[in-house]
Amino acid sequence: MILFYILHNAPGGPLAPYLQNPHITQADIIRLKHNFGLDRPVYVQYFAWLGKVLTGDLGYSTSNSEPVLTAILERLPATLLLIGSSFVISLAIGVGFGIVAALKPYSAIDYIVTTFAFFGQSMPVFWFALMMQLAFAVTGVTAFGYHIALPSAGISSLDEFNIGDRIEHLILPAAVLSLLGIATWSRFMRSSMLEVIRTDYMRTAAAKGLNRVQVVFRHGLKNALIPLVTIIALSLPSLVAGAIVTESIFAWPGMGRLFINALGQFDFSLLMGYLMMVSVLVVLFNLLADVAYAWLDPRVKYD
Amino acid sequence: MATTLAPGALPAPIIEDEIQIERHGVWKRFRRHRLALLGAVVIGCITLVAVLAHWLAPADPNFIDQAHWSGYPLAPGVAGHILGTDENGRDLLSRLMYGAQISLTVAFFAVLMELTIGTVLGAIAGYYGGIVDYTIMRITDVFLSIPLLPLLLVLTAIVAASSNKASLGFGVIVVIIGGLSWPPVARLVRASFLSLREKEFAEAARALGNRDGRIIFRHLLPNAIAPIIVQGTLEVANVIILESTLSFLGFGIQPPTASWGNMLANAESNMAIAPWVAVFPGLCILVTVLAINYLGDGLRDALDPNMK
Repeated sequence: MILFYILHNAPGGPLAPYLQNPHITQADIIRLKHNFGLDRPVYVQYFAWLGKVLTGDLGYSTSNSEPVLTAILERLPATLLLIGSSFVISLAIGVGFGIVAALKPYSAIDYIVTTFAFFGQSMPVFWFALMMQLAFAVTGVTAFGYHIALPSAGISSLDEFNIGDRIEHLILPAAVLSLLGIATWSRFMRSSMLEVIRTDYMRTAAAKGLNRVQVVFRHGLKNALIPLVTIIALSLPSLVAGAIVTESIFAWPGMGRLFINALGQFDFSLLMGYLMMVSVLVVLFNLLADVAYAWLDPRVKYD
Repeated sequence: MATTLAPGALPAPIIEDEIQIERHGVWKRFRRHRLALLGAVVIGCITLVAVLAHWLAPADPNFIDQAHWSGYPLAPGVAGHILGTDENGRDLLSRLMYGAQISLTVAFFAVLMELTIGTVLGAIAGYYGGIVDYTIMRITDVFLSIPLLPLLLVLTAIVAASSNKASLGFGVIVVIIGGLSWPPVARLVRASFLSLREKEFAEAARALGNRDGRIIFRHLLPNAIAPIIVQGTLEVANVIILESTLSFLGFGIQPPTASWGNMLANAESNMAIAPWVAVFPGLCILVTVLAINYLGDGLRDALDPNMK
């Protein structure tokens, strides 16, 4: 609500694109303002907006000349593809690294994993993106006799859909976006697994004569993953933020890039709609995490 | 000793003694953490360079070397530019030094603000509980539910547009970052206050008739300070990344003022011919943030051995 107020008092405002058009007179502006209800008090507008949001109407995007919901939904699949693939990569590598490090604590491999995690957490996403572009797209890397040169921007180089081409375009942005997840989750997985390994039921499982792989994966993994669920749900905001940066660098036509464009053009309803949707997603994820937590760990009870 | 005792002054000598012992242990544990020590040294060096940038920098950060510059970045070593120049012919090393000034100052003050707001709100919520706690925590939840980066971007864009200035003062960035990133601190402080207020010494302080403000700041806060210090250190690293991201996207520190983030903003277009322009500022961010994260990790182990 505070956000709504500030956005409304910003100069330029939702009609900025029209103000720059010399064919539109002052009278037209006043008429437009009245038609959009922009001359009403801010609080009236807020409740009008809130009412519309509840019925699924997020307003009209002035910079894209289409309804906000359409504009966002149009870009949603691209963003979901990017975030989704990074999510899978981070989860697989992060959990894998964490387990490997926890199985041999304070060994060389543990050291490598923890150092990598520290680097990953300290890496500015946009710089990592630039360096990846520099290494794999601008100059290209020659490895094993092959010259690897990946596309540095866009989502496809052809008009029609081609799965190989899409994957080629996806590699760099997804790798960049996964780094933070891999780093955070592997560190967390390591400490969580270390705790589980020390428990009595793990010793019991080993004493029953199960081999190490069975003990770790059948008995250990499920219990070690429980606290990870919360961390994963809480890292959604950082994924969204990372997607904004990654999409704008790699020219990925998703929600993040739409947001940055709208920012430059002061497209008020789109910014509001974006923040709204993202916040709802975050709350939803937290709720989901709580439910998953209770389901995975029967000791947790909510009243 | 005076005839009338100030409330709470009686056990002072004993506490002093205990703190001495405690401090000794902290330093011992911290020293064992070699990477944290290294991190502290690195941060010290960077801070020193930032403070002395005016005397250390080989050139004015905004001076355009027109004698040698021909429209493209000069390579490292050419015409006395140790790290080369950027796309406008300005000495990269000097800009990095001045950029350190900006990035560190913004981070320091933003975190200071963040810690102040977070600590005060968290302390009040944790100490009073009930409806006060509920109200403050709901506000915190609202702030936490909106991802920080998009919110920061929107606010800085608005401020930049409404002030109608080409350059956004770094004070504005500090206030916006500090004013929005306090919720995690508030939660942390609240959690420790919830348990601290039940302790006997808090009871004793209350029984002696201390005012609430005195109990909160003189009796409870010193006992909750360890996690705040750790969180604050790690937050400095976060804020450096946040500020540089904002500046990189064009909504933070505005050129010509150098910041590590905005130095990278134009580096992308020249990356094929001048990779050094893109490499060095990012390397500075990475090294600084890494050093701070290691320091924070070491501090956590030293100050609060029970914390994970």
